[in-house]
Amino acid sequence: MERYWNKPAETMDRGHIREIQLEKLRATVQNVYSNVPYYREKMQAKGILPGDVKTLDDLSSLPITTKQDLRDTYPFGLFAVPMEDIVRIHASSGTTGKQTVVGYTRRDIDMWAECMARCLVMEGADKSSRIQVSYGYGLFTGGLGAHYGAEKLGAVAVPASSGNTRRQITMLIDFGVTHLCCTPSYAMNIAETLADMGHTKDDLKLVSGCFGAEPWSSAMRAEIEARLGIRAYDIYGLSEIMGPAVSHECSRQNGLHIWEDCFIAEITDPDTDLPVPEGGAGDLVITTVSKEGFPLIRYKTRDICTLNTQPCECGRTHARMSKPAGRTDDMLIIRGVNVFPSQIESVLLSIGEVQPHYQIVVDRVNNLDTMTVEIEISETMFTDNVKGIEEFEKKVGGQLNSVLGVGAKIRLVEPRSIARSEGKAKRVIDNRKI
Amino acid sequence: MLKQITVFLENKPGRMEEVTGCLADAGVNLHALSIADTTDFGILRIIVSDPDRAEAALKERGFMVKTADVVAAAMGHRPGGLHHILKGLKALDVSIEYMYALTSRHSDHAAIVILSLANQAASVEKLKAAGFPLLDESFLKQLSES
Repeated sequence: MERYWNKPAETMDRGHIREIQLEKLRATVQNVYSNVPYYREKMQAKGILPGDVKTLDDLSSLPITTKQDLRDTYPFGLFAVPMEDIVRIHASSGTTGKQTVVGYTRRDIDMWAECMARCLVMEGADKSSRIQVSYGYGLFTGGLGAHYGAEKLGAVAVPASSGNTRRQITMLIDFGVTHLCCTPSYAMNIAETLADMGHTKDDLKLVSGCFGAEPWSSAMRAEIEARLGIRAYDIYGLSEIMGPAVSHECSRQNGLHIWEDCFIAEITDPDTDLPVPEGGAGDLVITTVSKEGFPLIRYKTRDICTLNTQPCECGRTHARMSKPAGRTDDMLIIRGVNVFPSQIESVLLSIGEVQPHYQIVVDRVNNLDTMTVEIEISETMFTDNVKGIEEFEKKVGGQLNSVLGVGAKIRLVEPRSIARSEGKAKRVIDNRKI
Repeated sequence: MLKQITVFLENKPGRMEEVTGCLADAGVNLHALSIADTTDFGILRIIVSDPDRAEAALKERGFMVKTADVVAAAMGHRPGGLHHILKGLKALDVSIEYMYALTSRHSDHAAIVILSLANQAASVEKLKAAGFPLLDESFLKQLSES
């Protein structure tokens, strides 16, 4: 018997979903036109007035929003309500040193918790569950996003945050935790540490977990499930749109249901931003229609997916997106943190390197992502003693860590040793077997 | 003061051999050599018969090369020879960044220590004032002849 958190909302017929979407879309467009000058100007430039949105098909005539728009309006330029109505902000590292900031009203937080609660129920949780949230708590949306959903559900939230894996395992065992939320690579790390500590999966009461914020494969899912003795569910989200719980797998595990009463998803051609034929792959573009504080119109996620609106055996009518198959930009996800090669370049430029030749080598060691930035040594970096070079590496490493929010090892390499194609260096080598 | 050639080398098989091949092709003789090694890279420091030619040849092969001024001091080629020099440095409160040594068949300086000193310019003045037997470029010529 399938259980739901909000059965009427989750199983309403698609006609009804579309009615709600149109009504909320029109209100959202009116809201941003009235309250966000940046959007008003964009719409005026395209000659569109809020009243022009008459059907859902009119969505594709609205302007696209990109990460660059978020940067251009840093920090609060896209907020649609006065700051006194904002109750929380989250942020993710930006591409040029500045963060991307998002804001939530009290109602937004509640809507987010509602979405998260629906997800947790999909993976079998209820108010008797104990949910350990091992996503980082802080500006990153993972920790608090999952936490509020667990509380909304009435379950016991264990706000473990990330790190200190042995203590995490002690809590899993001693507190009788039934559900785990973290990145898939951290789940693997927990599984390995469990064995190192002399425990087995039988010492756990875990039933399932939702894992997201980074790409993972079905092979990795099978391994997490076998090693922890659980069912592992995929969860999707991004801070710009809300955070985790934009979509999540149901028990059929055949795509992630997007909460379409809150978000309108489109699949578009990455170059033209026009919708692709139904079922085709392209850039996932999301319009938030239930948010007050930080509504976004047609936000280009740059995740490549397909969308399936066929009925699902679980009874939910909300469309399913495929697990993202890649990115339409060069963004990397390192331990759940978004990293752009341009951020690394800006750090090197900021310390006076005129034309840095660098390469980012990503790998996964003991199920944790590692990032090494290889930099071709230049005259200014080179000294005749080791101390001078090590000080340089330390300085670059420190600045990268503060800009990216994730540690990187710096390795100086010989001039011209990074392969170039057509004069340009290949910036990223990803050796992770995901 | 002497000119030392300093080369950045990644820890990769065959890199040293490339350096020696390059110097051999350029007809440059090696008098002394030391390597500071770390996990990922090494810094090769050499004293050669013709520093300018060595630098040009290595640069042409794409190596990261710099020259650095180092101090060369003659010492007795006998037990306690180096200790005598270091005792002198300690007395003058001069600190060493790195050092290595060579021997020659030349009777006036059968053993030589190469030094890179902290606050090098000021330290050299102290050593000169104290009468240390410091060597300059001309001794390279003698080395080649001896």
